Formats: sequence, structure tokens, C-alpha cells
Amino acid sequence: MSAVIRRWLRANGLVLGVFAVVFLAWEASSSMLRVPAYLLPPPSAILVRLSQNPERLVGNFATTLQEVLLGFALGVAVSIPLGVLLVYSRPLERVVYPVLVAFQAVPKVALAPILVVWFGFGLSSKIMLGFITALFPIVINTVIGLNQTPPEMIHLMRSLGASSLQTFLKIRLFVAAPYLFGGLKIGITLAVVGAVVGEFIAANSGLGYMLLVANQSFDAPLLFGVVLLLSLQSIALFYLVELIEALVLPRPLRRKGRELIAGSGQ
Amino acid sequence: MTYPRSDGGPLLALDTVSLDVPPASFCSIVGPSGCGKSTLLMLVAGLYSATAGRVVINNQVVRGPWTDIGIVFQRDVLLEWRDVLDNVLLPIEVKRLSRTAYRERARGLLDLVGLAGFASAYPEQLSGGMRQRVAICRALVHDPPLLLMDEPFGALDALTRENLNLDLLRLNAETLKTTIFVTHNIDEAVLMSDQVVVLSARPGRVRRVFEIDLPQPRGVGTREHPRFALLVNEIRAEFHSMGII
Repeated sequence: MSAVIRRWLRANGLVLGVFAVVFLAWEASSSMLRVPAYLLPPPSAILVRLSQNPERLVGNFATTLQEVLLGFALGVAVSIPLGVLLVYSRPLERVVYPVLVAFQAVPKVALAPILVVWFGFGLSSKIMLGFITALFPIVINTVIGLNQTPPEMIHLMRSLGASSLQTFLKIRLFVAAPYLFGGLKIGITLAVVGAVVGEFIAANSGLGYMLLVANQSFDAPLLFGVVLLLSLQSIALFYLVELIEALVLPRPLRRKGRELIAGSGQ
Repeated sequence: MTYPRSDGGPLLALDTVSLDVPPASFCSIVGPSGCGKSTLLMLVAGLYSATAGRVVINNQVVRGPWTDIGIVFQRDVLLEWRDVLDNVLLPIEVKRLSRTAYRERARGLLDLVGLAGFASAYPEQLSGGMRQRVAICRALVHDPPLLLMDEPFGALDALTRENLNLDLLRLNAETLKTTIFVTHNIDEAVLMSDQVVVLSARPGRVRRVFEIDLPQPRGVGTREHPRFALLVNEIRAEFHSMGII
């Protein structure tokens, strides 16, 4: 066990160190340079503020998390089949792809008020906003990934008498998987943005709603605290997708996925 | 065989190609780049359909993909997420044959090409030559009577290439397959073939067929045979007369 911890520390120690230094410098500078707390409260003040009403924070955190997860799940359920359809149907691709691009050009924030009108003040308008922001990168990455299979591989499968379904399940899906997970990672962080924007427009709970409340009551420590929580939620969700990727994908494909993120993949 | 050209007009890739490959023989196709060698192979495999003419295998006209063949391409296209043994067994899986029944055969083929110890390695752990050996085993595992090879050693260095030539000779000696082998390498074509077909530049036509009467079985010593250099030079001269070299 201690070996695992040591290995983890060796891999992530530098990042933790950088964060520690930044927070310490922040803390020290706000007392030494007398930065007003309403502009930039020190980390200690933020932590104290966060500890004052934990139930409320947990409740709002859970609300946003719920919106994000449902929006993302909806995004995955629609995007991946849509990506598959686009790859397999030329006519559909010709019609739907431009529409998708045009839709992506519309600022999602601008759609938020409309979605509130359509879906109400509750969870569903935020879920929908999370859904439409997460949609595009997942569809695009699914399409790119499914088109990565070399033509020789398709020829080989056809010459073995394979059906399209067999080629899809045994080859194309695997080749696409690292790209697909790349799309999911972008998608889930965008779903957080979508949900928070939805809460900005009209909500009575959620971390986005708390941000507004803290802002209107000049509660800078709470404002910063909520930003911190939102970031943590987004980071945790990103790594959750990465964990699922690590559990699902065979080893060589995981390496491929990392190369794609580092930009050194083919 | 014509292709749609990028300017919309048809591109004639292969003109009248008439070719007879006897069973259990090894036929090499050489020709200048872009003469339609690969297209010809795809036509034989039934993966492309000819605009005119036909392909006949064992008295049956090929319509659609011919599934009783093994194919090796210049790129090995191994599946990175499967180990070597599972890569070799892919045809068995696709054809829904019994994996257990063919596992020993797959291991035997790997053994023949010197990869006995690598059955559970991933392709990324292998060198280019080893990967192409795996691809050849994959093409042979379901024991197809016809083997199509599209510049299979084109991406390998000269030494690895010679090694694989010998491997392929050994595999062929054991199984007596009909092989159609596309290559740029005259030396390699003469070493392995019973006949070498020279295609002209695009549109490809059969320029000349050379019968290679070197003694069987072929091997390391074949290159020292006095006829070997003679045949290589004859084919080279054919290319020279086309203005290629």
C-alpha cells in the first residue's frame, strides 16, 4: 500500500507542491500587502466561510452534480448514436453535419433564457443546457474516431466475410475508443459550464445560484469558495471519466489516448 | 477497371489484363508505380468490381468479396488492443469457427516464423518485421487455398525483408498455396515465384510473363544459382525497354 502511495506521490508530488506554494503565497500576500478581503479574500477566510454552513453547500453541490450528470448522460446517449449514424450514412452526414456546426456556432449561453422558458425553472432546463453544451465535442470525436480505421482493415474484414456489424464491434469501435473518451472528457467539463449558466438564468438552488447570491450580498469568501467547489467538481468528473477509460480500455489503447491528449498521436 | 478521376472523368487503371495462375503456384506481379498492381489484387479478392472482364477462381466467377483467401497488405494493420495470438485468430473469430480448434494451428504458424515466445505480447512491443510476420500468420490461420500479398515487405529494411522472404518460402513449402504477390522488388519476385508478370505503366497491361524455372525448393542458396542473376537481368531489361529504369 505504501508503495502505491509513494508512486502516486512521485507522479503527482510536483503538481501538489505547485498548488501548495500558490495557496501559501496567496495567504501571505493578502495579509502582508493588505489586499481588501472583498477583492481577494485569503484562502483561510474562504475555508472558514465554507465550513460555516456545510449542509447548504452540500445540498447545492448535489443539485449541480445531478444536473451535470443527467445532462452529460443525455449527451452521451444522443451523441454517440448520432456520431455512428453520421459515419454510416452519407446522406444523413451531408444534412446533419452542417446543421450541427451551425448549432455549435450559436452561443449556448444565449440559449439559456429560451431553455428556461421551454423547460421551466427546475432541473430540466439546466439538464438541457448541460446536454447541448456537451453534445458537440462528443459527436465530433465519435465521428473522427470511427473514421480512423485504415481502409486495409475494412478490406481485410470484408474478405473474411465479416458483416458491417462485426467490423463495427470488433474493429471500428476499438479504434474509435481513445477519441471517444477524449470527447467524453471535454463533454463532461462543458456539461458543468452548461448547468452553471442555466442556474445563473433562473434557479433557486445549485452552486451557480449560490454564486449569484454571494455576489449580490458582497460575500467574497463565499463567492471564491463556491468557485473552488465548482472547480473541484469539474476536476473530479474529468478524472472519473479517465478512471472509467482506464478500467474499460485495453492497455495499448490507453496509451494511445494519452498520446492524443498530449497531441503527439498520429 | 476504371476509377472515377478527381476531375470527374474516368481513370483507366487497368487495361486488358489476362492472366492465368495455376493452383499451388507462386505468381509475382511487378510493374512501375501506379500501374494498377494493387487494383488487380483487389479485383481478384472481389473487393473491387471490374468495369469490364471477370475473375475466375476454381471455375467460379468472383462476384463480391471472395472469402476463401488470405490477404497481407504493406501495412500490417494489426489490432493494437489484442495480443499476438488473438490477432492471428481474428479470421477464426469472424468466420465463427472454433477458437480452441485453431489455437494450436495459430501457435504452430507463429512457431514457424520464430514468434513462439510472443503469443501474448501486444503488437506495439514488436518490431516492424515481427508485426508483418504476425500479419502473415493471420492470413494463413484459416488455411485459405489462395494468398494475396500486396507489397507485404515494402516497408521493411533489406535484411528483415530477406528473412521474411525465407519465412514465406518455408510456409509455402508446407502448405502449397496459390500465391499472388505484388512487389517492386525484382530480386524478391524471382527468388520466390514460379512466374513473374511484368505490367506496363498506367493503364496496366500484361507486358510479359516470365517463367521462373529455378529448382525447388527455393532457399538461401537460390540466389547463387547461375540462372537467378540471368532472370533478374532479363526482367530488369524489360523495365529498361519500357523506359522505367
